[in-house]
Order: sequence, then structure tokens, then C-alpha cells
Amino acid sequence: MQWRNSSNRYGFISVVLHWLVALAVFALFGLGLWMTDLTYYSEWYRTAPALHKSIGITVFALMLLRVFWRLLTPAPAPISTHSSVVRLLSHVGHGLLYIGIFTVLLSGYLISTAEGRGISVFGLFEIPALLSGLPDQADVAGAVHFYVAWGLVVFAVLHGLAAVKHHVLDRDDTLKRMLGCAPKP
Amino acid sequence: MIKKTLAAFVLGSVLSSGTALAADYVIDQEGQHAFVNFKISHLGYSWLYGTFKDFDGTFSYDETQPEASKVNVTLRTASLDSNHAERDKHLRSADFLNTSKYPKATFTSTKVVSTGEGTADISGDLTLNGVTKEVVINAYFIGQGNDPWGGYRAGFEGKTTLKLVDFGIKTSLGPASESVELTLAVEGVRQ
Repeated sequence: MQWRNSSNRYGFISVVLHWLVALAVFALFGLGLWMTDLTYYSEWYRTAPALHKSIGITVFALMLLRVFWRLLTPAPAPISTHSSVVRLLSHVGHGLLYIGIFTVLLSGYLISTAEGRGISVFGLFEIPALLSGLPDQADVAGAVHFYVAWGLVVFAVLHGLAAVKHHVLDRDDTLKRMLGCAPKP
Repeated sequence: MIKKTLAAFVLGSVLSSGTALAADYVIDQEGQHAFVNFKISHLGYSWLYGTFKDFDGTFSYDETQPEASKVNVTLRTASLDSNHAERDKHLRSADFLNTSKYPKATFTSTKVVSTGEGTADISGDLTLNGVTKEVVINAYFIGQGNDPWGGYRAGFEGKTTLKLVDFGIKTSLGPASESVELTLAVEGVRQ
């Protein structure tokens, strides 16, 4: 598989970044819901949030890389059989997914840093608090984090179902392309 | 001229004698000479301290009649701060103080019993987390006198201990952490 994207297929970097972020989005969502219900004496009470934040920061780095890479090697052209409506919907949908992911990442960051404390990443280094002390920062960011995360996950499921629909019903290369497969000759 | 001076003198003496009798004080929130702190055991191994940053109140005090003293304090529960954003968010949530539903906590004294030289038990109604219960604050008088800026100040400190479950806080923090000590340390400026 090629590294870079080309006009008709995704390269290795884009494919890997896509699936890593997809995995992380669902994992973080489940972890987030689970960890906020832990009791004080659970052995995960401290480790689960630490893991959630560390993975979140990692995803933020991956997303920055993803945007950078997308600018460097633009995504391939839409599949020729896609109608203009499908093209428009997928453009808007992908845009919303990016916005949703960044919103959840940033709001999560703003919860933990609301009182000026940084975020430790796997105990290796710390991301400093850049914005703290806004009025009700942790609570507002917390509400945004919760509801946008739900929206994002629902939207990501629709995104996945759309890909399956293209694969099964339309029998086109949409899903295969995201797995790095070469286009049909 | 004489009339005016006389009027001012009479008015002035009425006002000053009025304040001397009532001895009403406003808690110096503006100058931040007042604290509502809480302290709770962490696992039985250490003390966790926090504070409520936003509150105001009044008290009246006359050292010749300490039992006629009164205290009123209102605080914004969401202003709690234990120097840890995630913990504070959790403490504001429905697991603890439910500050969006119960944004205010109040204490209104009902009875003051002198317990010694400069000490008193202040009974009153504490409303916290939507629950109103009588608590007793063990208070002591710290000092009073003129301040350097033309005012007159008096200060107290009082402590009381609450069981979390008594105020509808059911989240368990373990057997060593079932109650919290509240400290009210205030300086009032005489009005």
C-alpha cells in the first residue's frame, strides 16, 4: 500500500489514522460513561480517568496529524458513481465528524484544566492548562463534552452504516477504499 | 448655621448610639476577610480542605449581651473550591451538592448560648442540598476594635460538624469520611 493518498485511493497513513481514531472514539465513549459511575473504592476510580485523559490527548495529536496529512495529501476524488447529493452529504457529514471530534476533545481538556492543573499523559509528560478560570468552566465544558460525545457517537454509527450501505447495497468501493484497497480496474 | 450644626449633632448622636446598641456587622466579603471552609477525612489518612468562595452575610454582636447575637450567611454552593477541577465538578454534581438544583446554602441563627469567656454555641437552621436541619456552631470571639481606615471590626470563628447523609448526600466516600467539618471564619465591618 502506498503511504500517501492519490486521486483514487487512500494511502496507508490516512487509513491507519482513520481506524485508530474510530476505535478510540468508541473506546473513549464507553470508558467515559463507565468511569463516571465508578464508586470511590473501585480499583479503577483513579486509573480509568487517567487512561481516558491520556488516550484523549493522544487522539488530539492524531487528529492534528490527520488534518495536517489531509492538507498535505488531499483525500481522493469522490467515487464516480456517487450522485451529487451523496457527495454533498458525505462532505457535510465528514465535516461534522471532524468538528464533533475536536469539540469533544477540547471540551474534555477544558474540564480537567478548569482550575489550572495540567493533564498527565500516561504519566510520561504533562499538557499544561492554557485556559482556566472561565465562569463555571468545568460544568459548562462537562455538559458540552457529554452531549456532543453522544451526538458524535450516534453520528459515527450513521457514518458506519452509510459505508456498509455503499458496500452491500450500492456495491461500490467506498468501504474498501477506507481499508486501503486499490480501486477496481 | 447653629441650627444646622445642632441638627447634625443630634442626628449624629442618634446614629452613633443606634449603631452602638444594635452593633450590626456586615461580613467583609469585599476585602476577603471571611472564609467558609470545609474539611473532610480522606480515607482516614489525611484531611482534605476546601472552601466556598462566594458568600455574604451579616451578624449582630454586643459583648454585653452575647446571647442577643444573630448570624445570617448565604453562600453560593457552586463556588466551592478544593483546588482540583474534576473533584470540584463532581462535588457540584447531583452525587454531592447538586448545585444547579440547590444553588444556595443558608445559615440563620435561632439561639445563641454563651458557653464561657468569648465562646458561644450558635444554634440555627442550615439549609444545604435542599435539606434544612438545625446545627450548632461552636463559636469563639477573636477580637474587635477600630481598623486603620476609619471603620470598626469584629471577628469570630465557628465550627460545626455535619453528617453527609443528614443533608441528603448519599454518595459514599468510605467509613472515615461520613462527616464534614465546616468552619466559618468571619470578620464583620460595623455598619
